[in-house]
Amino acid sequence: MKTALVFSRFERFWHWSQAALIIGLMVTGFEVHGTYKLLGFEQASSVHTWLAWTLIVLWVFAIFWHFTTGQWRQYIPTGENLLAVVRYYSVGIFQKDIPHPYKKTIRAKHNPLQRLAYLGFKLLISPLIWVTGLLYMYYNDWPSLGLGALSLGTVAFLHTLAAFLMLVFFIGHVYMAAFTGHPWYSYLKGMVTGYEEVEE
Amino acid sequence: MCQSAPIVIGQTTRDESAGGRALQRVAPGIENSKKEEVSQVKRHATFGLLLLATLAVAVPAGAAEVPGKIGKSASTADHTKFKELQGPFATGPEVTKACLSCHTEAAKQLHKTTHWKWDYYNAATQQTLGKRTVINNFCVAVSTNWPRCTSCHIGYGWKDDKFDLTSEQNVDCVVCHETTGTYKKFPAGAGHPVYEEKEFPPGSGKKWVPPDLAKVAQSVGKTSRKNCGSCHFFGGGGDAVKHGDLDSTMTNPGKALDVHMDAKGLNFSCSDCHTTGSHEVTGSRYAVKAKDKNGIDVPGRTDDTRASCESCHGMTPHAKDAKLNDHTDRVACTTCHVPEFARGGRPTKMLWDWSTAGKLDEKGKPVVKKTADGKETAYDGMKGDFRWEENVVPEYRWFNGEIKYTLMGEKIDDSGVVPINRIGGSAADPDSRIWPFKVMLGRQPYDKKQKILSVPHVFGQDDTAFWKHYDWPKAIKTGMESVGQTFSGEYGFIETEYYWPITHMVAPKEKALACDSCHAREGRLAKVGGFYMPGRDHFAWLDKLGWLVVALTLAGVVVHGLLRLVLSGRKG
Repeated sequence: MKTALVFSRFERFWHWSQAALIIGLMVTGFEVHGTYKLLGFEQASSVHTWLAWTLIVLWVFAIFWHFTTGQWRQYIPTGENLLAVVRYYSVGIFQKDIPHPYKKTIRAKHNPLQRLAYLGFKLLISPLIWVTGLLYMYYNDWPSLGLGALSLGTVAFLHTLAAFLMLVFFIGHVYMAAFTGHPWYSYLKGMVTGYEEVEE
Repeated sequence: MCQSAPIVIGQTTRDESAGGRALQRVAPGIENSKKEEVSQVKRHATFGLLLLATLAVAVPAGAAEVPGKIGKSASTADHTKFKELQGPFATGPEVTKACLSCHTEAAKQLHKTTHWKWDYYNAATQQTLGKRTVINNFCVAVSTNWPRCTSCHIGYGWKDDKFDLTSEQNVDCVVCHETTGTYKKFPAGAGHPVYEEKEFPPGSGKKWVPPDLAKVAQSVGKTSRKNCGSCHFFGGGGDAVKHGDLDSTMTNPGKALDVHMDAKGLNFSCSDCHTTGSHEVTGSRYAVKAKDKNGIDVPGRTDDTRASCESCHGMTPHAKDAKLNDHTDRVACTTCHVPEFARGGRPTKMLWDWSTAGKLDEKGKPVVKKTADGKETAYDGMKGDFRWEENVVPEYRWFNGEIKYTLMGEKIDDSGVVPINRIGGSAADPDSRIWPFKVMLGRQPYDKKQKILSVPHVFGQDDTAFWKHYDWPKAIKTGMESVGQTFSGEYGFIETEYYWPITHMVAPKEKALACDSCHAREGRLAKVGGFYMPGRDHFAWLDKLGWLVVALTLAGVVVHGLLRLVLSGRKG
């Protein structure tokens, strides 16, 4: 075991700014949805739009980063060890001195469950939320874009669905990533400092 | 240079106190069209240079003071000096004769207008409308009640259905053009003013004094809010009764009441928007333009009417918050910009119940009760019960401009509320927009057997007039026979509703509706269907399921965490 830089500076910047933006988008989004009143509809929808564009820009950089550094390979799903990890979180974690079955390396820093969760985030939740969100923003241009047959209700439905999925992911992720290490905050610390214990 | 140059289009303001001096104003929306022009400049450089040159010439002229619209002082004719107008005049028609001796074509022009004919053919609905034909839920119908109703006709002497509509001398020029403010048509005078002192309403002590017709004739000028208002503010028999967005407070409104007519500001007259040609006034409530696709009107290039907001402001008037422009295709301007009507301090009539009319006191006079605030009549033995409202939130409906009336003799369904008019439009129709309306409610007489709205004979000195004898069957019989119908003998009272599109009393932009007036669970558009609106609409089951899964996830991680804590404590 050694301590090494697992999360580069860009990756940490990306992660934390994305986290802040997503929290802001959820807070304003559910207000626009009519769930509660906080900023008022006008403010909420305008902030929501600005945060969305900021996140889109961030994503463009992140996608570029993933492909140029080859880091996208970190998310290739694998069945190897998956059951062991699931078993660890559902049984082993409650017992003393049962180690995490996955040994992370710099080249494979996510365990099989993480890979699946993050891949789902990147390939399912995010695209759904972006596509429906952008459609929402350009609602007035649908006819000229040849999308006249779309209904706002459908787009709103899918956008709301994606928002709920995002919130569920968020809760699960925050718990797993911030509270399940050894000591409990070790993963959180790694995401802040960038350094974690990895296999040689 | 191009960006900063103010482009001056059309509207100048009249400031009469400053002797017709005009200020330059630019309507919101003009700015945007300027931007469009600027981008064109980039695309067509040569043309752009020409345009820039034109602008450069236009700018100093626009920045400097320019003569105001032709008011009295700017006219080339001083009517007080005309020998034809020295009088004395005994009657209105005599004045008209004098007017026509110079304005030879004026009466012929007026004869073609709805203002004169009270007859209007709506080609879209193939209905013949106009005051002489339609039934409303105020005083119901004109037939047999002529002299009272035609006190708002632009003519003299329409006292029965035999009026000569080709008479030139019976056109009333001065009601629209006099500027003394002393000329008033007598309420029961068939369009004439009083020629000797009279009291009206009888027994009220209110004296009607004959105007000095020579002075009136010599005062003629452009129409003012007061001229148009002398009828249009008093429709339905009194101030503020009918429209809800037009009443006497609009004679000299403040900015908060009407941003365009603001007497100390832009000071628009009615005809600034309701432009005229050959005395035909544009803008019609019978055939409403629910969406003016011409956008900003350029004289000679479009339809030569400014009787729509879009005529000056275009379809993208919101320069600061472009998102608002995304609404203009489906939401009428006045939906947000007339947040309430009857805002000037005069309540408008919202309900008229004829069924309770006829209560007389011991002297045989109709009973009259005031509203709690003493401002208005709550009950009048002649007319029944009224409901008045001030600062009224409009009702909102999809509207494509089509209005279909329930015509005289048309079968009605008396099981529910009968529409006096039906408005066309739906969310699915791209030419429809969400419009604000005053919905006037009524309960009025109908022939129960034939199921048709009746035309009651209310005004007159004869044996059957309702306001003389308070006998409904007689009044209904006379009224119906006057339009060629036979009364079955069975009558009842039916509830009716009448849609009035709201277009006036445009508030300053600070007072316009905010987003969450409508984008809210129970907002102003809560009942307007056919579309999904963020903030108002949601899929209830998706929300329930979503929050359930969120709650389960949250419970799951909390239990998981607590379990770890408890178990590690026990073992450790």
